[in-house]
Amino acid sequence: MGPALRLVVQRIALGLLLLFLVSILIFWGTLILPGDVAQAILGQSATPEALANLRDELGVNDPPLTRYFEWLGGVLTGDLGTALTNGKDIAESIGSRLENTLFLAFWAAVIAVPLAILLGLLAVRYRDRWPDKLISGVTLSTISIPEFLIGYVLMYFVGVKLGWAPTVSMIHDGMNLGQKLHSIALPVAVLTLVVLAHMMRMTRAAILNVMQSPYIETADLKGLTKFNIIWKHAFPNSISPVVNVVMLNLAYLVVGVVVVEVVFTYPGMGQYLVDHVSKRDLPVVQACGLIFAAVYITLNMIADVVSILSNPKLRHPK
Amino acid sequence: MIKNMPLSAMIGLFFVCLYFAMAIFAPWLAPYGMAEVVGDVWEPSSAAHWLGTDNIGRDLLTRMIYGGQTTIYIATAATILSFTMGSVLGFLAAVLGGWADQLLSRSVDLVMSIPSLILALVILSVMPVTVPILIVVMGVLDSTRVFRLARAVAVDINAMEFVEAATLRGEGRGWVIFREILPNALSPLVAEMGLRFIFAVLFISTLSFLGLGVQPPLADWGGIVKENKDGIVYGIGAALYPAVAIATLAISVNLVADWILNRTTSLKGGRG
Amino acid sequence: MSDPFVKVRDLRIGATVYPPGEKPHDIEIVHGVSFDLEKGRVLGLIGESGAGKSTIGLATMAYGRGGVRITGGEVWVNGRDIMQSSLGDLRRLRGGEVTYVSQSAAASFNPAKRIMEQVTEAAIKQGKFSRHEAEQRAVYLFKKLGLPDPEHIGRRFPHQVSGGQLQRCMTALALCPEPDLVVFDEPTTALDVTTQIEVLMAIKEAIAATGVAALYITHDLAVVAQVSDDIMVLKTGDMVEYGTTDQIINNPQEEYTQALVSVRSIDHEEKQPSPSPALKIENVTARYRGTNFDVLKNVNVELHPGQTLALVGESGSGKSTLARVITGLLPQRVGRIHFAGRDLDPVMKNRSKEDLRELQLIYQMADTAMNPRQTVGTIIGRPLEFYFGLKGKEKQKRIQDLLDQIELGEGFQDRYPAELSGGQKQRVCIARALAAKPKMIICDEVTSALDPLVADGILKLLLDLQKIEDVAFLFITHDLATVKAIADSVAVMYRGEVVRYGTKSDVLSPPFDDYTDLLLSSVPEMKLGWLEEVIAHRKMESAGN
Repeated sequence: MGPALRLVVQRIALGLLLLFLVSILIFWGTLILPGDVAQAILGQSATPEALANLRDELGVNDPPLTRYFEWLGGVLTGDLGTALTNGKDIAESIGSRLENTLFLAFWAAVIAVPLAILLGLLAVRYRDRWPDKLISGVTLSTISIPEFLIGYVLMYFVGVKLGWAPTVSMIHDGMNLGQKLHSIALPVAVLTLVVLAHMMRMTRAAILNVMQSPYIETADLKGLTKFNIIWKHAFPNSISPVVNVVMLNLAYLVVGVVVVEVVFTYPGMGQYLVDHVSKRDLPVVQACGLIFAAVYITLNMIADVVSILSNPKLRHPK
Repeated sequence: MIKNMPLSAMIGLFFVCLYFAMAIFAPWLAPYGMAEVVGDVWEPSSAAHWLGTDNIGRDLLTRMIYGGQTTIYIATAATILSFTMGSVLGFLAAVLGGWADQLLSRSVDLVMSIPSLILALVILSVMPVTVPILIVVMGVLDSTRVFRLARAVAVDINAMEFVEAATLRGEGRGWVIFREILPNALSPLVAEMGLRFIFAVLFISTLSFLGLGVQPPLADWGGIVKENKDGIVYGIGAALYPAVAIATLAISVNLVADWILNRTTSLKGGRG
Repeated sequence: MSDPFVKVRDLRIGATVYPPGEKPHDIEIVHGVSFDLEKGRVLGLIGESGAGKSTIGLATMAYGRGGVRITGGEVWVNGRDIMQSSLGDLRRLRGGEVTYVSQSAAASFNPAKRIMEQVTEAAIKQGKFSRHEAEQRAVYLFKKLGLPDPEHIGRRFPHQVSGGQLQRCMTALALCPEPDLVVFDEPTTALDVTTQIEVLMAIKEAIAATGVAALYITHDLAVVAQVSDDIMVLKTGDMVEYGTTDQIINNPQEEYTQALVSVRSIDHEEKQPSPSPALKIENVTARYRGTNFDVLKNVNVELHPGQTLALVGESGSGKSTLARVITGLLPQRVGRIHFAGRDLDPVMKNRSKEDLRELQLIYQMADTAMNPRQTVGTIIGRPLEFYFGLKGKEKQKRIQDLLDQIELGEGFQDRYPAELSGGQKQRVCIARALAAKPKMIICDEVTSALDPLVADGILKLLLDLQKIEDVAFLFITHDLATVKAIADSVAVMYRGEVVRYGTKSDVLSPPFDDYTDLLLSSVPEMKLGWLEEVIAHRKMESAGN
């Protein structure tokens, strides 16, 4: 485990460093950009006093380094500050929304991941025949339409014309799991469609790559059955690329959630972020941006760690 | 070249040309003025209004044509920006190597570790939302992807012996970049350009839909969805027209890009 | 009398090709080949690339790579027509009755599984042995094949053993299920000569011990002469000659076979050293950046004007590194390089245009040495323009002169590299080097990627050009036959050091140092029984010590 363990530790350290740098980027990025935040929030008609007050509240007048470390210290202890627009505690507002978002993303992943791998395998099994072409064609179309439009297409046909699912995804603590799932059926379907396409294409490519290796030919020339070839020889070598594909797409899911939540007015993080971008509520935007980035970076890190751990050359050094 | 074009690429090329022509000649093609209220709210399609009217009674076909103009203009400008920036920096990083390469590559890694949409939202929360700023934000964010591709391609080519042969001949950096590397890097880059353009169309539409892109009364495809989305629950499909437009444009560009990539990789001839 | 074990009649094999810009169409790559093979005998299939020899080998397993398929004729194995066999029958045939050894064992072993599991897999799956029996047989084969630590080597993963060892493991894999026929597809081509001879001997002994029939596919006639009983010579999918090994080697009937047998028999009179060398390398030591290991250790050699110094050694000997040091791509740590009456700056960037012009380099892979987007005219014309400022008509004339010199006629100027054959590409690279009117050309394995007859043509051309242009060659090669053909002096390299250096006749005549002896005696000779002689000789020597 020597070199593998060392690489894993290195990769995790890199992930942490990246998170730290991203926090700087998000914090300073919003500072150094041209444009007066206070002016932007209050509009052109603001009085000089109001502007001065707001600047004071924003802490624009403090040295940036102090502000950054105060902010970072707060983030690390779970204190995300208060929203400018309504004075509410951000951590509190985010709490239940984050839960809702993860709920939505979780169910989308539960459906999309196995389905994508299965379809990817089917496409490889029937390569260049009609199932492969059909799957490729459908995924090409879903890749070519933005998430929110897939949302409205489904809402129009499934929600309104057929009436199978609610067009607005309300969710609250009083609902049982079944009611909740019914409520989020359409957004889950949209997210599944969007991620499925990418994931399936990438799974197909990853497995095809393995299937074209000379050792698969060796297995074929041993007279093994197709099943044995795939299960014994292709599968162990496909774990790492497929896990990579899954993680990359879960990361993609994180972004898809933002838009889909807006479409179905679902009370999650994405909706919250977009609302406060329009209101130019900087502390909220920074907090949400950091959380989204953290999830994204963590998923990418897991993908890399898995591929290190599944590499036989690293697991069994010379 | 055109003679051996497969049918799919030909259809793709036709639609791409059609959309660009529509964008360029929008004022002559559109039956009404862009922001002109000409009828009732959400009228169904008729001889006067082929696609019906929108949420405040403007002609939808007109809005779609002008919307296409805005969307395609912004996407094209952002793509050109991301390409120029990404490929120039990518080539430089590959050819210079060492310290400059490390600095550029690590910065790009950092920017790419945040999802583009999230980063764009963070940036747009402090900047005024105008068309030039949208173009710059989208172009700069997307140039990171072009940078990665251009650098990877150039590093590959740079390691080829014909580049070493040119260096050993004493050729300057200019000859090496423009005569040895660039001609071989062009085809993957051109194919990537198609994909980046589609991405830009989807991106600007998404931003406009979220209310953080093109601002009314200017029409664009994402904005049309936003304006007409409330009709959906009443069974009015006005908000879905942009879906058709975006999907056909994106698929067409994809088909053309695929063809370019296939054609040029086979031209290389490999070891034959 | 019963039918032979393998009977192939009028075998035709086709494939679908996808040329750029054209409709896909079918072509025939093997045009009616017939042969018989009995148990316990070895048939050598020999030919240049594109002769269809691997395709025929795989056809005995009813297997075709990437859209290749049998289109006509009959293939009988063990009394069964495999073209009429069901998929289940074929599965029993593959891996049970017929097994395969590929050129690259490194790629053919699954990286995620232990060697033992892969070696025994077919035997167990085919129901020939229990796991325990199969493992015992594998250990027996490991021992037979001369693998170190045969009891435990199976527990390792493929990346944990060397290339030569893995190739022997692949042979064990093929022999484990006690097959009736083994197809060896260039099993020693990727190995160094000193390793090749060991693997070759191991394969030969294993074939004899197990009594299987074997198809031995290679491009090297001298190799196949050592292991096979019969030889079939193939050229572009046609059978040229088919006979016993003795007849093919000692009494070839066809012109093509005669050419293959007499390959590398160029007569080259060695020239005497002149008082003032063109290139003098003194005490050069070098290492790659970021390493703490010298890949070149105190190298001293000289090259005289108009002569050829052959730098010979196996992979990892440092011979190509020396070329990089001379060109200035890898500056030496210690020592100096004296060239044409002056000291060369260690760093290429600091050298003058004249330094660069007078020292040219030709690469092993002509494919990657030429920009695929430039025409032959541009490739040859650029040095003319760059070094001599030639333009227009003058340049065109000079390009055509150079093309004539490399024996390519008119009409080549506007072609792209992809439109040339392997030999033509290498000729264009030679013309590009000549265009600079250099004093010295470094030839880095320039013939290794080419078929033997094409390589011969290139060597003859280089010798002719040397006479006319009076240019010195530093010839880097791993192939001693090439050395004999063109060198005036020779430096043998081993692990970064020059272990033997002098005129060709001195270096190649005894008494030898140990390494040179090993190297020289490992080069297969076009003679029956050579392998046994060498092995017997070595055994005697080691017994004597």
